[in-house]
Amino acid sequence: MALAAERAGFGIERFLSGNALLTYRYMRRNPLLLGGLAILLALFLFWAIGSLIVSPEETKPLAAIPRQKPSMEFPLGTDEVGRNIFAVMVSGTALTLRIGLIAGAVGLAIGAIIAFIAGYYGGVADTIIRGTVDTLQTVPQLLILIIIAASVRSGLNVDQMALIIATLAWITPARTIRAQVLTLRERTYIDIARQSGMSGLEIIFKELMPNLMPYMVASFVLAVASAILASIGLEALGLGPLESPTLGMTIYWNIYFGSLLLGLWWWWAPPIIIIVLLFVGLFLVTAGLDEWANPRLRRRV
Amino acid sequence: MKADYVIKRVLLFVAVIWLAATINFFIPRIGGRDPVLEKLISEAALNQGFLQTGYQQMAEEYQKKFGLDRPLIYQYFTFLRDTASLRLGSSISQFPVTVNELLVNAMPWTIGMLGTATVMAFGVGSFLGAYISWRGAPNFVKAFVPALFTISAIPYYLLGLVLLYIFAFTLSWFPIFGGYDAGTFPEWSVSFILNILKHSFLPALSIVLAGIGFWALGMRAMMVTMQGEDYMVQADALGLKDRRIFWKYAVRNAILPQSTAFALSLGHVVSGAVLVEVIFGYPGIGSLLFLAIREFDYFVISGIVLIVIVAIALAMMIIDLVYPLIDPRITYAKA
Repeated sequence: MALAAERAGFGIERFLSGNALLTYRYMRRNPLLLGGLAILLALFLFWAIGSLIVSPEETKPLAAIPRQKPSMEFPLGTDEVGRNIFAVMVSGTALTLRIGLIAGAVGLAIGAIIAFIAGYYGGVADTIIRGTVDTLQTVPQLLILIIIAASVRSGLNVDQMALIIATLAWITPARTIRAQVLTLRERTYIDIARQSGMSGLEIIFKELMPNLMPYMVASFVLAVASAILASIGLEALGLGPLESPTLGMTIYWNIYFGSLLLGLWWWWAPPIIIIVLLFVGLFLVTAGLDEWANPRLRRRV
Repeated sequence: MKADYVIKRVLLFVAVIWLAATINFFIPRIGGRDPVLEKLISEAALNQGFLQTGYQQMAEEYQKKFGLDRPLIYQYFTFLRDTASLRLGSSISQFPVTVNELLVNAMPWTIGMLGTATVMAFGVGSFLGAYISWRGAPNFVKAFVPALFTISAIPYYLLGLVLLYIFAFTLSWFPIFGGYDAGTFPEWSVSFILNILKHSFLPALSIVLAGIGFWALGMRAMMVTMQGEDYMVQADALGLKDRRIFWKYAVRNAILPQSTAFALSLGHVVSGAVLVEVIFGYPGIGSLLFLAIREFDYFVISGIVLIVIVAIALAMMIIDLVYPLIDPRITYAKA
């Protein structure tokens, strides 16, 4: 069987060289990462091809006749107020990912800075940061986000929504990266760097960060997934950007208008399918990256 | 029992409550929305400028509650005192009903359904996860892993929506909405309890199904590390029956870290359940929160958030305090 797989591989491997070949060979050994990236690529293609076909104008209410079944003109039909659902899904996938990426990036940046300060320098800063993170971690984030989102003036846009979520998105990266910094801090090469006169910042940027890159990438993907989960939760409760056709807002309008009772399955099914694909894709990539970051994590079952 | 561990744990509990109350106090002030004023304006618009007398009284209570003429620090301590004594103020949209009254009506629904569903998900999921990773398990069971992975990635409420469509809308096996039939009144009778069970079944099922994946994956990871332990080899060498090794050696050891994960995931479970209730129109805390957000009934929103945080923090503290008693490997000092 191994031989057959090898032979099948040669077909493609002939066309690859250098890094591309190495990447290809690695991917074959890491099916989780490959599967996850394939799902995310499919969603990206859905957005790229979709935005060639429909314009964002069609995501607005009254763009079409309401409650139409899927047809050639409207591949996923129209909703209660006349949005073209195919257009909503195309824009929504991008908008929801945008919320996740912004919140995840801000969260990771703040979390990493905090983690490096706490983990490398230790002392009072570490005690305060650890205490804060431990306490915040026991509080359900969605509830705090509800308070924040309900308190700001209504009429949010997608980017403001992302920033609201970013206010808590740093907690998990801060905790996990700090733990990694603690294990690296005592390694010999860090000691050597310190004795050869490198400053703390130099050690953080030149020694710790490159070594922690795989972990940072993995926690970034995880932060994006958690941010998307939080955004959809807030939006489904009606605390999202009411004017924007994100995936979570589509769920909210479905609940609001009771689409289930109206029999509009083409309205509620597509966002669920895309959300599930998005989460499965992101979780597979996280699991795959974990394996890359920590090769000792061999799957035994 | 080590006293300093208990004291430390209780202090963490107090810190969580204090943090929640502080967030609840300051964030609305930074946000700058005035819920009472917004309500008064929208009422005035509805009644063509005619204000009901109740709102005047409400606005006064609002002024009094926050002591808006006093310095901020005074307001803050008043708020902390009210929170500590669980006085959560009055609803704006249903004045003069207090937030506490609304919560007392909604709590039993949520605790009953969520409690049962979570315990079931934990039990079934942990067993499934243990069995999947067991060497004696048939091959088709191992094929469940990708399915579990997918299911654990689906938010509870989206699964609920799908179940609602299949079993309530298409097959009509279960009611589509609410906690009991319209026209019946809550009472302690067999028919009414059956009525509640019928309405609770689908929301509970979506929590159980979505939860199983999470617990099974955690248990599986734990079992994989257990199977490399020396005492497992010894149990094998002693020639013990497979069933005995599975239950008494592997599961017994793996289930304990699972209960720590249980404590940590409570917040996640509750957040998911809030939205499940919204989907099913189930008359618990989640639906109350959804309505409050819709009407911008700020005191109800903050009251619910506060009480849920207190409940979760309390549950976690109890688990943390009980845990060393059931797991002899954990000492109080280390925890």
